[in-house]
Amino acid sequence: MPASVLSITKYRFYFTIFWIIWSAIHAWVLQEWGYSFEASWLDSAVCNILLAGISLLIITSLRFYLPRKESFTYLFLMCIGFALLWLGCAKVVLSYVADAFMVSTFSESMPIRLAIAILVSGCVILISVLWYTLEEQKEQERRKNESEKIVRDAELYKLRQQLQPHFLFNSLNSISALVISQPAEARKMIQQLSDYLRSTLKKEEHMWVMLSEELQYLELYLDIEKVRFGHRLATEIRNEASALSAQLPAMLLQPIVENAIKFGLYDTVDDITIGIDCVVENQMLVVTVKNPFDPEISQPGKGTGFGLRSVQRRLSLLFARNDLLITSTAGNIFITQIKIPQQ
Amino acid sequence: MIKVLIIDDEPLARSIVKEYLQDYAQIEVLEECRDGFEGVKAVMQHQPDLIFLDIQMPKINGFEMLELIEQPPSVIFTTAFDEYAIRAFEAHAADYLLKPYSKERFDKALQKWLAQQANSTGTAFSSALLETAAQTPLQHSRIVVKSNGKIKIIPVHDIQYFEAADDYVKIHTASGTHLKNKTMQYFEQLLDARQFVRTHRSYIVNIQQVTRLDPYEKENYIAVLHTGLKVPVSKAGYLKLKQVLGL
Repeated sequence: MPASVLSITKYRFYFTIFWIIWSAIHAWVLQEWGYSFEASWLDSAVCNILLAGISLLIITSLRFYLPRKESFTYLFLMCIGFALLWLGCAKVVLSYVADAFMVSTFSESMPIRLAIAILVSGCVILISVLWYTLEEQKEQERRKNESEKIVRDAELYKLRQQLQPHFLFNSLNSISALVISQPAEARKMIQQLSDYLRSTLKKEEHMWVMLSEELQYLELYLDIEKVRFGHRLATEIRNEASALSAQLPAMLLQPIVENAIKFGLYDTVDDITIGIDCVVENQMLVVTVKNPFDPEISQPGKGTGFGLRSVQRRLSLLFARNDLLITSTAGNIFITQIKIPQQ
Repeated sequence: MIKVLIIDDEPLARSIVKEYLQDYAQIEVLEECRDGFEGVKAVMQHQPDLIFLDIQMPKINGFEMLELIEQPPSVIFTTAFDEYAIRAFEAHAADYLLKPYSKERFDKALQKWLAQQANSTGTAFSSALLETAAQTPLQHSRIVVKSNGKIKIIPVHDIQYFEAADDYVKIHTASGTHLKNKTMQYFEQLLDARQFVRTHRSYIVNIQQVTRLDPYEKENYIAVLHTGLKVPVSKAGYLKLKQVLGL
């Protein structure tokens, strides 16, 4: 529903000023014609208050029903109809408040009055139609922009998920280093990288998968990082047997583990351990990821949290809840906990 | 002998440089470093002729590391960095190797550098390259300084204001004042203009630290910070502040 023209204070002011000036002109014309001062103002007040009321009626009705562009006939009929309605009302009201002379003059000048009323209501209709059409267009534009933005965000997210260029090129560089010195290791890493890329390409975001499948995939990813960084990286993956068959949206854990690797491995120099715990509690799959971080140079909860933000957004889209992803720090350990409701 | 350092956080990435260097008897690898801190120390200690430098590293990245060295040696970047940064490199003709790179590409880079050395034209490190490279988003969130021989990383939101001091800029934070060998223009361009405003020829202030503006002589003002510190605001600076604060 578009906003009315008169919802804007400025236009309400112009509307009022217009009617005051119009009434003054009306009264002046009648005075020139031989009406007394009182009679001309009474006639003007009755006619113009009613006409202003009719204008308000037009503005409001067009707000609720805006005819399509082709139906000019409808608008024309509407214009005549409202003018006639006004004329009838004005005559009835005048017969109560005015003397016989005024009423008879009114009847004589009816054609002119009708013509003026048609002009005024025609103008009001035109302005309203123009205004509401513009409002509608603005609203459509806004909606279009919004939906485009959502599509763009989704695309960006997907791109990032499928293509982690840094990870890919650095892994290839590691393979290049291994080829001469440790060919067997190089072959193994090519295998791991291929398996990892294949499952990344295969997965669709809307799919639900079993935790065991998702963990397998994460282990591939972590194994590749282990080759890249030598003995620096150790992992501890613990899970309840019952949790393995729990269901979760595909690729949901990936950004969390990536985040842990970024702060825990890329931004530190010592040997580190990344822990992943999976349990089922109260019909919820609870996955806890722990990674160390260097408090001197980074706060993993703040900034650059694109990965975690995208997880948060997916969770709120899927479950309409914002309390499923919790992060905390304990000393120099960063803890990310995600809960996934089970059907 | 040509002295070389390899600075990269991945052991395999370092080993590939070493392997490719085996063909060059005149080159000696003095040390391998795993991060920028080690890199700064090793450069100071060994005064190498050439370094192979990764960009994304723990603690401080390759650009930040070079900023801390007064007369950096020649640099060949080895990186998987995205193409935007690479365009910046190209513009200033410093050499870079995109991971994974071939032996041929590596030889070409090294031959070029050796030829330049032989012609004694030297490859004075282009500071323009650094300035351009520093415009990566990474750099907006923190500033690296050296104070009392220690390297300190200052998150930009901890900075109260910058003050010009001859050839240096004083960086004022709650925990103390640090000096950096840069210009005010450098910081003005580097930092987010919505957060840091050049209020005066010699001052850039963090607007999140400002509690109020007091008039001070004719058309000048004084910005009062949360900590009670006062920073001068010129007439032009006042206009900029008003715009940023939406007054």
